[in-house]
Amino acid sequence: MAKQIEVSDLDAYYGSHKAIEGITMTVEPRSVTAFIGPSGCGKSTFLRTLNRMHEVIPGARVQGKIMLEDQDLYDKDVDPVSVRRTVGMVFQRPNPFPTMSIFDNVAAGLRLNGRISKSEAQGIVETSLKDANLWNEVKDRLNKPGSGLSGGQQQRLCIARAIAVSPAVLLMDEPCSALDPISTLAIEDLIAKLKNDYTIVIVTHNMQQAARVSDRTAFFNLAGQGQPGKLVEMDETSKIFTNPTQKATEDYITGRFG
Amino acid sequence: MTMSPSVITPVSFNRRLKNRVVQGLVWLAFILAVIPLISVIWLVVKNGLARFDTEFLTHSMRNIGARDAGGGAYHAILGTLEQVGLATLISVPVGLLTAIYLVEYGQGRRLARSISFFVDVMTGIPSVVAGLFILAFWVLVLGLGYSGFAGALALSILMMPTVVRSTEEMLRLVPNELREASYALGVPKWKTILRIVLPTAFTGIITGIMLAIARVAGETAPLLLTVFITDSINTDPFTGPQMGLPLYIFDQMGRPNDTAIDRAWAGALTLILFVMLLNLAARIIAWWRSPAKGR
Amino acid sequence: MRRSAFRRSRGEGPFRFATTGAGILLLAIMAAIAVFLVVKAVPALQANTSHFLTEKVWTPNATKPVFGIAALAFGTVLSSFLALIMAVPIAIGVALFISHYAPRRLAGVLGYVIDLLAAVPSVVYGLWGVIFLIPFMQGPSTFLNTYFGWIPLFAGDAVYGKSMLTASVVLAIMILPIIAAISREVFLQAPKMIEEASLALGATRWEMIRMSVLPFGRPGVISAAMLGLGRAMGETIAVALIFPATFDIDIRVLSANGNSIAANIANGFGEATPIGQGALIASGLVLFIITLVVNMAARLIIARRKEFSGAAA
Repeated sequence: MAKQIEVSDLDAYYGSHKAIEGITMTVEPRSVTAFIGPSGCGKSTFLRTLNRMHEVIPGARVQGKIMLEDQDLYDKDVDPVSVRRTVGMVFQRPNPFPTMSIFDNVAAGLRLNGRISKSEAQGIVETSLKDANLWNEVKDRLNKPGSGLSGGQQQRLCIARAIAVSPAVLLMDEPCSALDPISTLAIEDLIAKLKNDYTIVIVTHNMQQAARVSDRTAFFNLAGQGQPGKLVEMDETSKIFTNPTQKATEDYITGRFG
Repeated sequence: MTMSPSVITPVSFNRRLKNRVVQGLVWLAFILAVIPLISVIWLVVKNGLARFDTEFLTHSMRNIGARDAGGGAYHAILGTLEQVGLATLISVPVGLLTAIYLVEYGQGRRLARSISFFVDVMTGIPSVVAGLFILAFWVLVLGLGYSGFAGALALSILMMPTVVRSTEEMLRLVPNELREASYALGVPKWKTILRIVLPTAFTGIITGIMLAIARVAGETAPLLLTVFITDSINTDPFTGPQMGLPLYIFDQMGRPNDTAIDRAWAGALTLILFVMLLNLAARIIAWWRSPAKGR
Repeated sequence: MRRSAFRRSRGEGPFRFATTGAGILLLAIMAAIAVFLVVKAVPALQANTSHFLTEKVWTPNATKPVFGIAALAFGTVLSSFLALIMAVPIAIGVALFISHYAPRRLAGVLGYVIDLLAAVPSVVYGLWGVIFLIPFMQGPSTFLNTYFGWIPLFAGDAVYGKSMLTASVVLAIMILPIIAAISREVFLQAPKMIEEASLALGATRWEMIRMSVLPFGRPGVISAAMLGLGRAMGETIAVALIFPATFDIDIRVLSANGNSIAANIANGFGEATPIGQGALIASGLVLFIITLVVNMAARLIIARRKEFSGAAA
């Protein structure tokens, strides 16, 4: 079910401000692609264009083309709601629904798509929680609120929630930046496991993390102060970190700026 | 979406329909809410303009017979200005000082908590009950009679909690760093409050006070029980019945003839203009204060 | 002297005293309100030849005073609840419209329009109600009576524009802005990241609101409704000339029956004898207590909301 994404010449705007410009790239299925770059370079913005979450912000819009296999996500006949159903997302800070139990959180996406039987829901919730490496920790308290979990557990709960609807792609926007090192490790293990089934795109500020979890890495940078963000280069992670083509990439990776 | 259902599962018709229906209902609710407003404003302006003339603004109802045309609301406008002015003079100092106590001195004390609680209770007092209290206390027990001042007292009871709450909110917005910076310079607390905290919150406080004035200026029930009703000009708010603009409208609309109804509409137009001007002034002050304006 | 350098500033004491005094004055006023209402109500209640809480009739000015709160309290509660039932759904709609549906640029202006609705003085609504709404309601009332007459609320042989229903409509219009304003506030406070969580799961706008905004806003909306209820119960002048002003307990809201405590005070005050005034004050005391209970309940819900706020999660 993992799918390939092809982006061609994509611009994204906030009102009249152009945040990213001319992005063209291919995201391979069943692999982890990491986006790195200095703050404000538009990597999160670009990530949000991949499931049309960008346009949720008032005044935000997108120009260009994103193909998921043979379907243009920005075709005028495509309902953004259905795109988000196919391209799941995990956010920077864990955001379980505070009024729902752990079980209901995982089942939330399923229930949107019509009634499902209790046993069916139970099955999917269990599988998703197991896939998210959370099942053993929560199986005895599925009816307790999700907000009672630790930050790392909440984030894995959010991952379980996202994969419960079996999306084709999983987007992660700095999923570990609000977590402690041990929880971060747990999430990274999980990512390694999930890439067998999903196309995963992760934005991260942590370059060691990008090096650890990703197969391919894309480096984004600003052309200058007030300029839109651009894709500088994209390649195998090992290549980016050892032998990048661009000077800017090397400077960033060696810590000379950013 | 018909091209490749395998890639993107379309949203079911039912869900899209429900989404649309709710959107329609939300729009409908807004339209339903605005209709009465438009109707009120339209009728007040249309019917009010008939008698909204110089005579109306400069004459009282003295010697105007039951069925006579003419007459005006001068006595009522004068009364309202005096009553609302007096109410402001009473409630602003009390409200300001109470808010200062709650924010600057009372923190966590039992007295502050109970004051805060009763300010909430006071906010919920029906205006007619405030009128009844002044009636019982001022007119009946103290025997001081109906007067504009009694009305001002009743309005103060309604105004004080509003002033306390809005001032409190504004004082809490003043960053603590400012206070500490002042203490660090050796300025005593009371001077810090008067010279630093209050000036910082000043425009916000004024906005709150203006809105409170606008609110009580339209109150009728408390005046009915404390100011009573008169057709003549009484410039002295401390002795004898007065009139107030809201009272005037209520009095005229209860009279069974068209000339009186016309006067009621003209009164309503005057009152709405007065209240809206106060509101507008408050908003302008608030806007003028807001940091976003300069950008 | 060394000590004088660290002396307390001379203004501190008086200033502190003044602020504390103002706060205590507020407490004293609240106490005085209760005391004086009771003091003036008691003689009238003693002169009453009927039972105040169960009697429907209101003739305190007669030589043998007979008066009771039953019909008035019934009318107050019924009309306010009707108003609430009409106002709350529309207010929620308005609040959602401003917080989540209206174009950003319009939203601010529309919020202001709703605030204007709240700024119109009650006497103006009263005038509008008497001159415009009473005749206007004849039509809808007849419709309700013809097609929904089987519901006891709309039953009756004759239909009047000057009725409990019309009064409730005016009350609904008057409490709508406050309910809408508070609901809008809490809807806007719904955490953006929870909203995005549901959108990212593929929720439609309505599903997002149902999953993230409404559960978060529910306590706020409930307390807003309670505050609105308190307002409706205390509203006087807007409905004083709209209620038919009889003293019967009649569930049929289209009939020529209906009254409220507040309206009765405004209408009965002019020709009240001292006993009559005392009786009205007693009824005001009852109104005070009812609204107090309603408002307290509202505050309690708001306070509880702070503890269970989803924002902390």
